[in-house]
Amino acid sequence: MTMATDAPAVREVQPGGSRKPRNAMRRRNTLIGWSFILPNFLGFGLVTLIPVVFLFYMAFTEWSAFGDPEFLGFDNFTRLIGDGSFQTSLGNTLYYSVFHIPLTLVAALSLAMLLNTKLRGVAFFRTAAFFPYITAVVAIAAVWSQLFSADGVINQILGVVGLDPGVGWTADSTLAMPAVILVSVWRDTGFFMLLYLAGLQTVPRTLYEAARVDGASAWQRFWNVTWPCLRPTTFFVTVMLTIQSLKVFDLVFLLTAGGPGQSTFVLAQFIYQKGIVEFEYGYASAGAIVLFSMSLVVTIVQFLVNKRIER
Amino acid sequence: MTTSSLTSSSPSGSRTSLERSPLYPLYRVIGYMALIIAAAAVMLPFAWMIISSLKMNNQVFTVPVQWIPDPVQWSNYIEIWQKSDMFLWTRNTLFLSVVITFLQCLTGSFAAYGFSKMRFPGRDTLFLMYVATIAVPWQAYMVPQFQIFTEIGLNNTLWAMIALQAFGAFGVFLMRQYFESIPPELSEAARVDGLNEYGIYRRIMLPLAIPGIASLALLTFVNTWNDFLGPLIYLRDRDIWTIQIGLNSFIDQYNAEHALIMTGSVLSVLPIALIFGFAQRYFVEGVATTGLKG
Repeated sequence: MTMATDAPAVREVQPGGSRKPRNAMRRRNTLIGWSFILPNFLGFGLVTLIPVVFLFYMAFTEWSAFGDPEFLGFDNFTRLIGDGSFQTSLGNTLYYSVFHIPLTLVAALSLAMLLNTKLRGVAFFRTAAFFPYITAVVAIAAVWSQLFSADGVINQILGVVGLDPGVGWTADSTLAMPAVILVSVWRDTGFFMLLYLAGLQTVPRTLYEAARVDGASAWQRFWNVTWPCLRPTTFFVTVMLTIQSLKVFDLVFLLTAGGPGQSTFVLAQFIYQKGIVEFEYGYASAGAIVLFSMSLVVTIVQFLVNKRIER
Repeated sequence: MTTSSLTSSSPSGSRTSLERSPLYPLYRVIGYMALIIAAAAVMLPFAWMIISSLKMNNQVFTVPVQWIPDPVQWSNYIEIWQKSDMFLWTRNTLFLSVVITFLQCLTGSFAAYGFSKMRFPGRDTLFLMYVATIAVPWQAYMVPQFQIFTEIGLNNTLWAMIALQAFGAFGVFLMRQYFESIPPELSEAARVDGLNEYGIYRRIMLPLAIPGIASLALLTFVNTWNDFLGPLIYLRDRDIWTIQIGLNSFIDQYNAEHALIMTGSVLSVLPIALIFGFAQRYFVEGVATTGLKG
């Protein structure tokens, strides 16, 4: 931010304008500044800020749809620790994240490298790959449920190499989570590929030439030139992927509804189930605090690690 | 950072060195094969959606897969309007998408101007709050929000969806990135010429930020059109359902009508596909802008 945008300084030397005292100018400027932000801020405050603050109060209360809140202290949290379905949802969220994050990252980076070449058809494919990301998740889930069904395309393809599991993926408790992960990687890759493509274009060409002169192999060029130059992009991609993974809901809810059994029941669905369906506002909020804290901790840790490598 | 170069075939970093390699023809073959496999993987579900939407119901699951529908059942596209309230849902969704997109662009760019081109105490703290909430998943505070919305009577109204999506931090964030790239000398000169801040916003910043507004408008429109969890929580009555909620209930109700389910899916995706086809550049730019400078 440069000092050149300092509005009051300019106004004071302005000829013809009234030379108001510095304080009055500053107050006026603050008012104008706020007037710009206010229309959005009122909505933002109501929809985001107040609920976030309110969350920390609700988590310590017993509160249902009908009746007044009753302060509980940490009871909701001790209840969470002993709650089997909460443990399952936490475990499943981690299961999902552990595969979804690296798989999407590798797929997005590989695709970006492939599309950053001179091959014919690349320009078309760059945009086509992004399309799954903006396709409604209801339609995505409907299609993939059919693809994953017992007689579906995927089992037929697997049957060619003798690997047909003979059951519908979303109906099988061991295959349901892999199915969810596969679809989410399919959907998200195009988005993160775009980020990587943009990142790849910031890599100075001269670095590659220098590396070649030094006799670096393709792998060495990638490891010593491309990868370090992409670090800011990778940082951003990892943070976004992590938050996305921790909060995953729509896709799982529509594809498997958390089942079979609780095999794909995730943290966000736990919060939805307790808070929105069963009206246990306080208890759901305690679960939400866990999600909130995990997202925050992950972001801060990744930020610090990124800072450290930068030095 | 030139985001527009993403859509054109700009020179890539490693090309020249690669082209001189004796293995270059081999690389090209491998590259094309990878490209074809990736393309098939991306496209297959969409191909399935369209093909199945034109089949008779009992033809959807056959072994082996029948890739060309015979006979072509165009009647599915008539039947779905009769069996569902598709028209009503589309109308509701269109209404929400237009109103929310308008508000998001208006208040977002207005606030972004304040954050980007004005200096006043508290500005940076306030912006930090906006940025920080991006790291907080909505699922973490949807319960207290639901409670607040219920208290003030927004629950089960279309207003809930408008309040929910029209004032997001995302619009402020994206527009600020655009304004930051506009040289401060421009607003400076306008100020000296006696234009007030609102005039600078309206006459200088807004016209220059049209590509940014376009990106924001398209991304917001698509997000609103596709939103599922928001309407699932807030829209209870059938007559205010959006297309996603409606389609989902249709799928539950007619879960054996595999072909019709695909017809509905195609219809729900079609408007987005059309918009994307005409304005892909702005989607890509929007993603690259928020992604890289974040």
